[in-house]
Amino acid sequence: MLGTALLLILGMSIVAFIVGRASGRRFLRASGSSIHSLPSYHGLFVAVWVGVPALVLVLLWAALSGTIVDSLLLASLPDSMTTGVTGAGLDLVLSEIKNVAAGLLFGEPRPEIVEAAARLNRWDALAGWAMVVVVFALMIVAFAVARTRLAPRFRARNAFERWLSGLMIAASVGAILVTVGIVVSLLVESLAFFRMVPIGEFLFGLNWEPQMPIRADQVAGLGAFGAVPVFLGTIVIATVATLFAAPVGLFTAIYLVEYASERVRSVVKPVLEVLAGVPTIVYGFFAVLTVAPAIRSTGNSLGLAASPNSALAAGVVMGIMLIPFISSLSDDALRAVPRSLRDGSLAIGATRAETVRKVMLAAALPGIMGGVLLAVSRAIGETMIVVMAAGLIATLTINPLDSVTTVTVQIVTLLIGDTAFDSPKTLAAFALGLVLFLTTLLLNVIALRIVNRYREKYD
Amino acid sequence: MEQLVAPTSKMGVDVRHTGEAGTTEIKVSAQNVDVFYGEKHAIKGVSVNVPARSVMAFIGPSGCGKSTFLRCINRMNDTIEGCKVTGNIRLDDRDIYDANLDVVELRARVGMVFQKPNPFPKSIFENVAYGPRIHGLVHGKADLDAIVEQSLRKAALWEEVKDRLKEPGTGLSGGQQQRLCIARAIAVNPEVILMDEPCSALDPIATARVEELIDELRQNYTIIIVTHSMQQAARVSQQTAFFHLGILVETGSTEFIFTNPHDQRTQDYITGRFG
Ligand SMILES: Nc1ncnc2c1ncn2[C@@H]1O[C@H](COP(=O)(O)OP(=O)(O)OP(=O)(O)O)[C@@H](O)[C@H]1O
Ligand SMILES: [Mg+2]
Repeated sequence: MLGTALLLILGMSIVAFIVGRASGRRFLRASGSSIHSLPSYHGLFVAVWVGVPALVLVLLWAALSGTIVDSLLLASLPDSMTTGVTGAGLDLVLSEIKNVAAGLLFGEPRPEIVEAAARLNRWDALAGWAMVVVVFALMIVAFAVARTRLAPRFRARNAFERWLSGLMIAASVGAILVTVGIVVSLLVESLAFFRMVPIGEFLFGLNWEPQMPIRADQVAGLGAFGAVPVFLGTIVIATVATLFAAPVGLFTAIYLVEYASERVRSVVKPVLEVLAGVPTIVYGFFAVLTVAPAIRSTGNSLGLAASPNSALAAGVVMGIMLIPFISSLSDDALRAVPRSLRDGSLAIGATRAETVRKVMLAAALPGIMGGVLLAVSRAIGETMIVVMAAGLIATLTINPLDSVTTVTVQIVTLLIGDTAFDSPKTLAAFALGLVLFLTTLLLNVIALRIVNRYREKYD
Repeated sequence: MEQLVAPTSKMGVDVRHTGEAGTTEIKVSAQNVDVFYGEKHAIKGVSVNVPARSVMAFIGPSGCGKSTFLRCINRMNDTIEGCKVTGNIRLDDRDIYDANLDVVELRARVGMVFQKPNPFPKSIFENVAYGPRIHGLVHGKADLDAIVEQSLRKAALWEEVKDRLKEPGTGLSGGQQQRLCIARAIAVNPEVILMDEPCSALDPIATARVEELIDELRQNYTIIIVTHSMQQAARVSQQTAFFHLGILVETGSTEFIFTNPHDQRTQDYITGRFG
């Protein structure tokens, strides 16, 4: 039925467009150049009047009719089936009815169910036809209304413009609402978690052992939710990654902007872009199979104990992932430094290196800082590399040769396997997610502010 | 310098070098300079002599190659990709395109002031101290302070900024910024100062100050100034060179060029018939 309705709307809109445009052409013939808008705008005007409200109605109908039919259906069941049954029980009954209605039979359903299923099918068909009829009527009315407004001096062009801007506002409001919804769901689940585990213990506790049993037959620890070791692990890895990526990325950018010839640049830039496009899971392989063993054997030969999954390995590989990111943002920042500053320095007799160090970097520093901060926030949120290459045990350490775990790794492990959304183990993932979200949000806001302030200065 | 202003009587064979004084010390001498930007031939066989401790103005319609030629004199064209310079340019009789010559040192001797004021995003003090620092001209803080003050005084900016040396140079007015750039250029004690339309971004009052300044600076420095203003050329320069389509059409004493040019193109240009 939905498909029919949508096709109907499409067809009607096209008809409306043709009719509207024909009116426009008639006006054009009759009154010549004094017509305000082109005929096609008359057509578009009628078409949006016919199409858009009908589309909104259909979508609303499709979204709401299900729940309305469900509650009607439940109300129509004999009392013997519904009294004393609540929540999940009712859902069970409903889904049984729907299965039967769809022709999926498991065993021998009760006669009341079969009866209800027949009723459901009848109502669904009815609701579908009702929708088509109502939508059709709406379109006819809208068509008539829009037709009456057409006239030679009618500003169809402006009216269509208003429809378009309304559409764009609706799209952006929709995007914002989705974001808000995500944040709210994160908040709600986190609050549920903080009812079970005090927020102080979560933020400042030093012991993280979340693998508690959620079924009676499981054997596991008691559960401890002090997230400091997890935060610390994240910070260690992000720091290693940044310390590795920032200088390399920055030097790459300086080289590309100041020293590389056009030929070198035309090779290096695409290579960096390829590096930026490598899926993070491939970096993960690289970390596990190449970098971690190398670090371990180097550490051993130096007499340092390095664990197989060291924070260093994960951090370095994450740093490699960030190099193109930092280098391209620094490249932009350096390029945005006006050529006149560079020339001014060179003309006094500064060498290129002096010019870069004392003038270009000074002028581009805000942009570079912003880029590095954005990179840090990516490092904190990065998941795949650390899932593969960092550890699972939350150790309270800042030694990069130890194995550490990160916020993202913990979220993944908490939500893998048995989950129940009333256990602190599962809900802890949302609390971690909330912290992660707030941190990266803060970093991004700071970074963007820095970058923007510096943009204003030169444009 | 007085004899430069008066047109000399001897101008026989080479009409293009009208009014040239043969007796003065020549600071910069260019012979048959050609400049190419890739395929584009921007400067075609230009030869000119710039007398020491005087002001020479380069005039000519837009795109005729004034800036290009100016940039040859401190080799700033080297920083432009695809730019090729041929011919011979001498500073104090030494070839500046010699392979053994240190460009960095050359640019310390030949300073440059740009069309748009371009102070560094640093404090006023640091802007002026930049050159002396990188060239190691100073030993100790007192020395540096002295050079900064002296340069700002020479640039007629000291009185206006002496209480705010720590403030950013970019916070000054356009005219002050341009004088700051002049101070920055003279802080390394150059011998020649190249100025590419130094007043085109300034109002008439700031322009007058800079012109006054140029007039004072010529006691000690050789100055070459590119300008689009005939009045400015007439006011500040002793020598004028007129460029057209990459060719040096005519050069000579300013008074002579402006009152009695030899070439029809020069006459048309300075009387505003094309440009
Ligand atoms: N970097 C460059 N690359 C290629 N061509 C250039 C470059 N700079 C200048 N040119 C060309 O060389 C010619 C001379 O330019 P130049 O800037 O020297 O002129 P100008 O006399 O200074 O003009 P204006 O008075 O407008 O400043 C012009 O035709 C210009 O298009
Ligand atoms: Mg120019």
